[in-house]
Amino acid sequence: MVPAMALIGVFLVFPALWTLYLALTNYRLTGLSAAHPSFVGASNYSQAITGGDFAHSLVITLVYVFGSAAIGQCVLGFALAWKFREWRSRFRRVVEALVIVAWIIPSSVVAYLWIAYLQGSIGPLVESGTLDTVLGVHTNWLSQFPLLSLVIFNIWRGTAFSMLLFGAALQSIPPSYLEAAKLAGASGWQQLRDVVLPRTKGYVLTTLLLVSLWTFNDFTPYLLTGGGPSNQTEVLPVYVYQQAFQQGSLGYGAAISVVMLLINLLIALVYIRMLKERR
Amino acid sequence: MRRARRARPLLAVAGAAAMTVAACAGCGASAGGSGGTTITMEANSVAGGTNGQEASWLTKDVIPGFEKEMKAKGQNVTVNFEGSGASGEDYANRLALDLKSGGGPDVFDLDGPYYGEFVQAGYLKPLSSVVGPAATSWSGWSQIPTSVQSITEYQGKQYGIPNGTDGRVLFYNKALFRQAGLPASWQPTSWADIISAAKRLKAKDPGIEALQIDGGAQMGEATTFQGVLPLLASAGQLVYNEKTGAWQGDTPAMQAVAGFYHTIYSTGLANSQLQLGANGRDQTLQLFAQGKVGIYLESDYLYESVINSDGLYPMQGGTKDVGWALIPAQSPGKGIRGQSFISMSGGSGQSLNPNTKHPKLAWDFLSYMNSQAALLQYEKIKAFLSANADVNKIALAKDPFLSFVASKVLPLTAYRPSLAIYPQVSVGIQQLAQNLATGKSPASALSTYQTTLEKLVGASHIAKS
Repeated sequence: MVPAMALIGVFLVFPALWTLYLALTNYRLTGLSAAHPSFVGASNYSQAITGGDFAHSLVITLVYVFGSAAIGQCVLGFALAWKFREWRSRFRRVVEALVIVAWIIPSSVVAYLWIAYLQGSIGPLVESGTLDTVLGVHTNWLSQFPLLSLVIFNIWRGTAFSMLLFGAALQSIPPSYLEAAKLAGASGWQQLRDVVLPRTKGYVLTTLLLVSLWTFNDFTPYLLTGGGPSNQTEVLPVYVYQQAFQQGSLGYGAAISVVMLLINLLIALVYIRMLKERR
Repeated sequence: MRRARRARPLLAVAGAAAMTVAACAGCGASAGGSGGTTITMEANSVAGGTNGQEASWLTKDVIPGFEKEMKAKGQNVTVNFEGSGASGEDYANRLALDLKSGGGPDVFDLDGPYYGEFVQAGYLKPLSSVVGPAATSWSGWSQIPTSVQSITEYQGKQYGIPNGTDGRVLFYNKALFRQAGLPASWQPTSWADIISAAKRLKAKDPGIEALQIDGGAQMGEATTFQGVLPLLASAGQLVYNEKTGAWQGDTPAMQAVAGFYHTIYSTGLANSQLQLGANGRDQTLQLFAQGKVGIYLESDYLYESVINSDGLYPMQGGTKDVGWALIPAQSPGKGIRGQSFISMSGGSGQSLNPNTKHPKLAWDFLSYMNSQAALLQYEKIKAFLSANADVNKIALAKDPFLSFVASKVLPLTAYRPSLAIYPQVSVGIQQLAQNLATGKSPASALSTYQTTLEKLVGASHIAKS
């Protein structure tokens, strides 16, 4: 126990407390306040709440999480798992393997592929990306539809994981239940609603929780758009990075990290609450 | 409990790994494997990529040459080269984090504008205190003009050795100019001249980018340095007035600059799409190399990337079509110091880690790197404006562009403020330019900028409009 607690203390508790402390100072990466930070009370927090930039990032992040994680990855993942359940196993394994590839390629490689796919090898007005060539249009997707591009990107990226989890959940339903429902004349939708969902809601909520939290903390948008154009894709992790490391405001960056942590806890609490109630 | 016990072997492994890392934290500047001494040099350059020529100069000329010279003196020295290909800001931020933790390379590249803030943070110490009298009495100082020495100076103390300087000009494509019936040797004398040339270029070929003046926040410092600051200087003001201690906020000169941005971006002469992407500057350079940009306010970075045959984006169809002109004042005589033409310059240098375990050796390497012989080797790889006047005289004579900058541009030029707050002001300026480039009205963009500036420097340090 003691070594475990010591490690938790060193790697978790101390950094967390340190972040709380930094958030109360005007600490910067360089300049005078790097050498002599001074205590500024809650002004970093009030800047975050009243400044507008944080709220702007929060809204973008929620759209990103709701669009790509909740709706995209979970609904699509469940739909795929539900469809695949009836397929013959060899064919299913091949399709699953292909979908999983999207999930296991490193983010930097994926970002490179998607930039090539959406805006061509070099630039907005010079060459067309693969998508443009296929559609026969000339659109700078990452500049003109930045958030939508990211949402679609992240759906593509993460659906495989949801599909796998849901696939496992569906396997846990005894086939006899579904057959009995079928014999009783239940339609596909009725089977889903009355047999499948009640037996898999625990898995569904856990997956939703994991995927939402991951997406909420996802930094990959930075690799695709750098937060731009004009902060239109500045999700909170990117905002923290830009404030803390690109602009050097470590104190303010720490404060918004703390707020992010609280939002994470809130999301987790809501899901756990739902999980308990449903049980 | 059961879970904690089960996790114990894993935690033990993690703990062992952490200890291994901790034990190696001092590895950066320790004794080398062959019984000699190892020092580390860090630069923002990668062979074949960002600043590729610097990487090849360091790894093929400087480091082997230095190691050989030390061997002749009976010292077994190894210099490790750590190159990276990041943006200037990312490189400096990472270096700041390294130095802050007490680690980092022994010798490193650091661009001019960072010296002030690194010194204030305590990450750099004067050469005279890190190295001692050897640094002050170095023979190379006499070859570096006093004005150029200020690149690595802060409040009268020297923190490094300046390596190179540069200048900003208007590059233009002579082929496009010919097509549009404009003169091949072009020298505008006012902003109106620039706009009328851009209009003719765009009218002749709507598929090209007629005029690029950087205006995106993603462009980082390029937007401030190749966009707003030169325009501001040509409207008669420097962003910070050292005599009055006042910054330019919503002033007549800044309003003129905002008006110029608004005009060129709202009429389609300049393209805001190029400003907003993650790699706008590289994209514009590539477009220029493909002959699709008419006029582009840039530094000798364009020269290195486009005109040099081993640059990142060599000019298609050769360099005979690349022209350059001085940046005119808004109207003749309206520029800073009453000039009719202006420029802005930056510089780079190398500095020493105050925590280096081998200050003497690090200084030997730093001064070797900036010796006339080493700089002349560099000039063979890429012609550049070195900080060393003697080297420039020998090396640039046969280079039309660089001798143009050395003789015509440097006398007109101005430098950026070396204050620690400058990078933050610069971010505000980038946002100003981006707001203008994306269609906000000059009045609203300037009022946002004024508010940002007031938060940064205080209303009492802003010039009255």
